[in-house]
Order: sequence, then C-alpha cells, then structure tokens
Amino acid sequence: MLELTVISPVLLWTAIAIYAASFVAYAFDLARRSQATADAKTVREGELVGVGARGGAPTVTATGAAADPAPQRFVMARIGTSLTILAWVFHLAAVVTRSIAAGRVPWANLYEFAMIGTLLIVLVYLVVLTRIDLRYLGTFITGLVVVLLGLAATNFYVAVTPLMDPLKSIWLIIHVFVASLATAFFALAFALSVIQLMQARRERLVREEAAKTGPGFLRTLPGSDRLESLAYRFTIIGFILWTFTLIAGSIWAQDAWGRYWGFDVKETWTFVIWVVYAGYIHARATRGWRGNPSAWLSIVGFASVMFNFTIVNVFFKGLHAYSGLS
Amino acid sequence: MSSSRSDLNDQKDPVDTDPLRPSDHIDGDDTIVQPKLGFVGWLRWGWRQLTSMRTALILLLVLAIAAIPGSIFPQRMADPNGVTQWERNNPDIFPVLDSLKMFDVYLSPWFSAIYLLLFTSLVGCVIPRIKHHLKALQARPPRTPARLKRLADFRAVERTSTDAAADAAASIDIAQKQLKALGYRVERYDAGRTFSVSAERGYWRETGNLLFHIALVGVLITVGVGGGFAYTGQRVLVEGETFANTLLDYDSMNRGRFVGDGALTPYSMRLDSFDVTYQPFGEPGSGQAGDFSANVTLKENGDTRTGSVKVNHPLEVGGDRIYLLGNGYAPTITVRNADGKVVFKNSVPFLPQDTSMTSLGVVKVTDGMPEQLGLLGFFYPTTGVLDTGAFFSAYGDLTNPTLTLDVYSGDLGINEGTPRSVYVLDTTGMTKLTGRTTDVESIKLTPGKTADLPNGLGTVTFEDESPAGATDLTHSVKRFASLQIHHDASSVWVLVFALLALGGLMLALFVPRRRVWVKATHSGDGVALEYAGLARGEDPTLGAAVDDLVAGHARLLDAAGVTAAREAEDESEPPASEPPASDTPKVD
Ligand code: HEM
Repeated sequence: MLELTVISPVLLWTAIAIYAASFVAYAFDLARRSQATADAKTVREGELVGVGARGGAPTVTATGAAADPAPQRFVMARIGTSLTILAWVFHLAAVVTRSIAAGRVPWANLYEFAMIGTLLIVLVYLVVLTRIDLRYLGTFITGLVVVLLGLAATNFYVAVTPLMDPLKSIWLIIHVFVASLATAFFALAFALSVIQLMQARRERLVREEAAKTGPGFLRTLPGSDRLESLAYRFTIIGFILWTFTLIAGSIWAQDAWGRYWGFDVKETWTFVIWVVYAGYIHARATRGWRGNPSAWLSIVGFASVMFNFTIVNVFFKGLHAYSGLS
Repeated sequence: MSSSRSDLNDQKDPVDTDPLRPSDHIDGDDTIVQPKLGFVGWLRWGWRQLTSMRTALILLLVLAIAAIPGSIFPQRMADPNGVTQWERNNPDIFPVLDSLKMFDVYLSPWFSAIYLLLFTSLVGCVIPRIKHHLKALQARPPRTPARLKRLADFRAVERTSTDAAADAAASIDIAQKQLKALGYRVERYDAGRTFSVSAERGYWRETGNLLFHIALVGVLITVGVGGGFAYTGQRVLVEGETFANTLLDYDSMNRGRFVGDGALTPYSMRLDSFDVTYQPFGEPGSGQAGDFSANVTLKENGDTRTGSVKVNHPLEVGGDRIYLLGNGYAPTITVRNADGKVVFKNSVPFLPQDTSMTSLGVVKVTDGMPEQLGLLGFFYPTTGVLDTGAFFSAYGDLTNPTLTLDVYSGDLGINEGTPRSVYVLDTTGMTKLTGRTTDVESIKLTPGKTADLPNGLGTVTFEDESPAGATDLTHSVKRFASLQIHHDASSVWVLVFALLALGGLMLALFVPRRRVWVKATHSGDGVALEYAGLARGEDPTLGAAVDDLVAGHARLLDAAGVTAAREAEDESEPPASEPPASDTPKVD
C-alpha cells in the first residue's frame, strides 16, 4: 500500500491549503461585519444602543435596531463554510487513506492524533452549524486547525509502523477517540469563552458610554450571556466525554501496566484538566464567579488540553510514549 | 430563559422543592449570616465557609495546581530510578525539593491536606442536600402562580366553547393526563372560574448530582481502603524456571497494611518459553519488538494448565493477575576455578539498555575462588563493531550474539548483610583484572565458547542453549520475562463508583428540571388557556418543550371534542413571544 502512504499526506496538505483559504474568507467576514456595523452606526447616529441581556437575537439586541428590515447576509461567511466543508472532505480522505495504509484505526501516534483531533473539531463545528449559527467562530476554528495540522505535518510526521504492544487494544479505539471528541467540544467552548470575554468588555464599555467599544464585528454577535451559556453547553458535553476518557484510560492502564492509576505524566495532566473543568462548572454556579472568571477557567482548561497534547506528548518522559517521535 | 434567576417570589410553596444549595450558589438565598458571638457560632460560621461553593471551587483549583509538580519531577512511586538520576544531576537542590516532597507529591501531607479538605467540604455540602432532596421527592408541585404572564416562557390560547365552565375543567383534566404521561408530577389547583394544573419534573437532576458527588467519595474510600488489602510483587523468570507464590520467592514485594504473611494463594508457575518478534530489516519500524508472550505452565490445587501472559492480556490465577512488564536475555554462564571445578553456573538476566537489546549484567562468584570474583558483562544479540572497535547491538533478535566480560576480584560486599541489587556490581574494594585501564583485554565470547580468566584463575564459558540440531543461533541464549503479580480486589469497586459518578453526572447535566403550569379560565363563549414553563437550573430546551405542550394539548382537545380552536385572526400570537428570529440563532 505504498501509494496510499504517498497520497495521504498530499490530501492532507490540500486540506490545509483549503482550510487556510476558508480562514481568509472568515476573516473577511469579520472585517465586513465591522464595516457594516460602522456604517449602520453613522446612519443611526445617536440612536440608543441597548445591550441585550438575553441575546436571543444578536443583531437586534446588539444594535437595538429592532426595526432593521434587511436581514444580514454574511456572504463571506458562507464562502468560508463551503470551503471548510470542502477542506474537511479532503481531510477525511487523508485520514481514511492513512488508516487503510496502516490497516488499523488512524490514531496511534502524535501525527495521527493531530489529524483525527482536528477532523473531529471541524466535524463538531459543522454539525453544530446546522442548528446554531456559530460562523463567527470560523476564523478561530480554521485558524486552529491550520496551525495544528501544519505543525503535525511538518514536525510530527512519521511513517506507518506496526503498533507497539501496549497499543494493541480495543481501548486504543475507544479511549483515544473519545478523548479527541472531548477535545473538539472543549475547543469550541474555548472559542466561545474568548468571544464572551470580548463581548463582556464591549458591553461594559457601552454601558460606560465609552467612545470606542472594541472590534465592530462584536455588534453582530450574541450577547455575552448567551455566548456563556453556549460555551457552558459545549463544556459539559466535553466534560462528560473527558470523564469517560479518564475511566476508559484507567481500565486500559490496568490491563497494560498492571495498575489503573499511577500518576504517570499523561495521567496527571488528564486529571488536572478534569479538575479544572470541574472548577469551571462550579464557577458558573458560584456567585461572583459566573461571567468573566468562569470564562477564564474555560480558557485555562483548553490551554491545559493543548499543553497536554503537544508539550507533554513531545517533551515529558512517561509511559505514554506514543508520539512515535524519537 | 435558561436560568432560574428569574424566579417568581410571589408564591409561597407549602414545601420548597428547589434543590438546597450552599448560600453562595448562584441561585442561593444570599443571606449573609453574621456569626453569632460565641464559640459555637464561630464553629458554625466556619463550617458554612468550608462547605460553601467558593471554598469547593478554590480547593478544586488548588488541587489542580498542586498536582502539576508531580508531572515535572520524577515520582518515587512511579519512577524511582528517575529520582536517583535527578538527584545525581542536581545534588544541590535535591534535598530542598525532597523535603518539600516534590518527589512524593501524591503522598505528601500538603497534597493530602488539599483533597481531604475538599472531600470534607463535599460531605458537609452533600449531607444536608440529601436530607432536603428526600423531602422534596415527596412534596407536591407548588401552587400555580396568579400571573403566569410574568414568566419568560408563556403561551396563551383562546378556544371557543358551548359549555365553557365544563370545558375549562375538562381541558385541565386533559392537560393533567398529558403532563403525567410526559413524566411530570402533577397537582390540581382549582379555584372559582379558573382551573389549573401545576406540574414539576426533573428530580433526577438533583439525584444525579448527589449520586455524582457521593460516588466520588466512594472512589476515594475504595482506593484508600483497597490499597491496604492489595499487594504487588515482581519476579524475573528465566525460561525453564519455576516460581512459587510465596513471599520468599518474589524479587520484590509491596503489600498493603492488612496483607498478612499467609495471604498469598498457593500456586506455582513455570516459564516454558518467551516469544517475541522483531520487525525485519528494511521495513518501517525495523527492529521494533512486539507480540511478546510469556508462555507458562501453572499448578494450582493439583491442577496443571498452560497459559500465556501478554501485554494488555494479564493472566488470572487464584485472584491474582499476572502482568508482563519486561523481557530480555539471560546468557548461561559457567565459571570454573583453576582445578576445573564449577564454582558458578547460572542463566543470568541481563538488563536491556536500548531498543536493540544491548544488555548489561553481573555475575557474582562468592565461593570456590581464592578471592570473590565479580564479572561485569555486556551482551549484544546482533553484534556490530564501530570504527573505534567498540561493540554495539544492531538488532534486538539473536543473529550473532556476543558476550563481553570484565573481571574484578576482591570483596563483593555481600557479607555485611546490606542488601545488594543482583544487577549492580559495587567495585569499591575490588581490583579490575581485565578491560580498559588494565593491560589485559576484556573477555569476548560467542555461544559455546570458553575463555581463560586472568591470572590463571580458571575459565568462563558462555553456554550455547540451542536445541539439538539447531542450524542458527536464534535460540542460543535463554530469555527472561519480568512479571508483576498484582492482587487488588477493590479495583472492581473503584470502577463501579467511577461508573456511578459518570451516570450521575449525565443525569445532573442533561436532565432538565422544570415546572410547567396550564391554566384555564372560562368566560362566556370561550376558554382562555395559559401555559407557562419555569426552568430550575440550566435548561436550554424549555421554550421548545412549552411549545410542544401547547401543540399536544390542542391536538388532544380537538380529539376529545372539548372546545374548538378559534379562527386565527386575533391575538393567537403569544403575548410574550420570542423576538423575531434573525439570521443568527437558528435554535436557541
Ligand atoms: C471532589 C470535588 C468535587 C468535584 C470533582 C465536583 C464536581 C462537580 C461537577 C462536575 C458538577 C456538575 C454536575 C452537576 O451540576 O451536578 C458539580 C456540581 C455541583 N457541586 Fe460539585 N464537585 C466537588 C465538590 C463539591 C463540593 C465540596 C460542593 C459543596 C460546596 C459541591 C457542590 C456542588 C453543587 C451545589 C453543584 C451544582 C451546581 C449547579 O447548580 O450547577 N461540589 N460538582
């Protein structure tokens, strides 16, 4: 299957290129939104700007222009989404060919973890798009995916090799897949939390009647409350998947290493991430912690996930030495 | 709409069915209680602080931070050699960090203090909530609020009727049945011309939350208590050797506080053979070893059976699980003294140093020589020679094995009673007789060959273990398996509690808890129906649920012929409807 091992990286680079293009389209979209709201502002000079607390309808609540007749059409966002779908198809093809070439699930070393993890991030994003318009996250999602895939393809690439003994287990399929899926949900929650912080800042500036209220595209986005509740919903799904990852990993460790928990480096970080997100969930239920502080915890949580995925995999010594890099 | 902060306060429930929360919970009552003077008052105040949301949150964050040093510094429990190495590299700061327990983070007093406080807080928080929840489980749904309009999720429908008084009651009967079928607990509150049903569901949310937190305590306790009854031992077995499951026969053994000397199940195990395959030269991953299998014969209670120990597939014997931890070569070495008498003969496990199985081993000849003798050996299964003349192993399998030995004579230091590792030769107090820094070359042997020891001390032989008629050297050296025998009956319980926690978590996060009211008022030729929903905690689908309720109720009313839909020209739009849907939120 030599051909496939050549085709797979080519497909992957193609996907990266298209993701990059969709990143540009999404970036233009945000710029256009800023432009559009700036125009609208000059037209409706002096009109009261009310900040919707519930954020049920972002355009309306953010500008207070309930009578605005023309529905917003985000052409660049549409192009961005179409390109993302196209890129995802290539990405999927790259993963599938890799899997066929290896004759096993395509998530057994760092290069493959990166491929499957980003594939799931985009998948979750696209699936959610059919129900909730999150295209304002497009730049973040495609940007993250381009960076991670680029990093993986240039620095983490390894040829297909047979699995090491400890990886020959049904738990490889379950544990790693669910961990990747959890990561995808955390990634979306992270992006929402970042925008939530920006939006909260804008809302504060609007309340203080400041002259400058930050990036204009924020006006076209939901209010910070709604962003927070969306972030929360993604996080709890991610948290449940992560809890499962933790349990499945322990069962596997029991079989492979003779103990279910040993504070191996990777185990430690998985635990730290779990506790941080438990903290986030608590924070949202604690007076004085809802809003910005809990958003920061979501950001810290995802930073730990990324740290665990890159730095811990590459530089820390432990039993989970499956990056495939030497 | 997804938050219950918009609660109605104009109603007094006979029994408050809301979950009990610490006072600094986002839905808490916010009463700031000043501690009453006096010892008990302060104690109560302190306990309240400990069991508050804020304390739990901060302890969680501190726990996360406290766990991190254990991933930076090697830990004794997981990697004792790493600790020794670290000490060697950083002799100056090692004692400082060690006194801070940086190498035993998870057993340290400060780490223990954090999680014990956290769990104390947890128990203190959960107990009153359990009591409260048990009561709430028996309570009836609260009285229908006088003005449902004020709720966020409110719908109103007008229907025509020829007998409005009877139909109003009948339509609430139908709503009551409908809600009951949807899993709500229902209660009728009829008064005068208005009929209403009050319904509540989602008690599983709080049950799940409590289950989750209690199960965490369960995990902690089973881990703690279970450890006391667990034991883990290591044993290196060379092909052909037999191990008996007694304390004496282990190379090392860690046992819990409550494991007695007689706790081990009697059985014995012989290592018949050890299988391993290597990726051939020229293929991707060349030289990578895999498919390890330690094939054993077990004797237990007079029964004999065979089995194999593989990675990911431990072997179960008499309540123990046997794991494969490592493997390597055990060259058989015979040493004879000057008289030709055998003074040492054994298959000596050599510890692998790299992936090509360059291995290091030690032979200790204690008796039969003028002085004690130590042989420090290197073993290369596939020997290659560097330009410098030094040997290396090019491949893990046995193709052309070589054994090199350096000879030391003197005092092995094993008579003073200090325990010495069999894998380490302490050369202080010994004289080096061969190899670098001496003028005698190191001894080099291939299987079946014998060489003279220096100074006429005798000979040493590297035995060829190949079976009769072998044409190559692939079986010329025995292999060993390093096995771990583990006993821990509590691990199943840890798993049970972990799964309970997972189940509880899913209930707590996904079961919506909500109240719903349906009210009918008759007036002349019609019945005014009002519907309202109220979220108790996070509930993103409440609006849709109320819409479904309205639609379902209309269908049931039509089917039963109770009232009729009014022609839709007037305000069939719910008064407190959603803002017009824009491009952005397709679904809320
Ligand atoms: C080992 C420590 C703890 C962990 C890992 C933990 C984790 C969690 C998680 C994951 C949730 C979300 C699930 C749900 O809403 O039911 C939660 C909720 C909750 N926890 Fe904890 N918890 C811990 C300790 C505590 C303590 C000490 C308290 C009491 C102060 C507490 C009180 C609560 C409350 C009241 C909720 C419900 C929050 C809400 O209304 O959304 N927890 N906890």
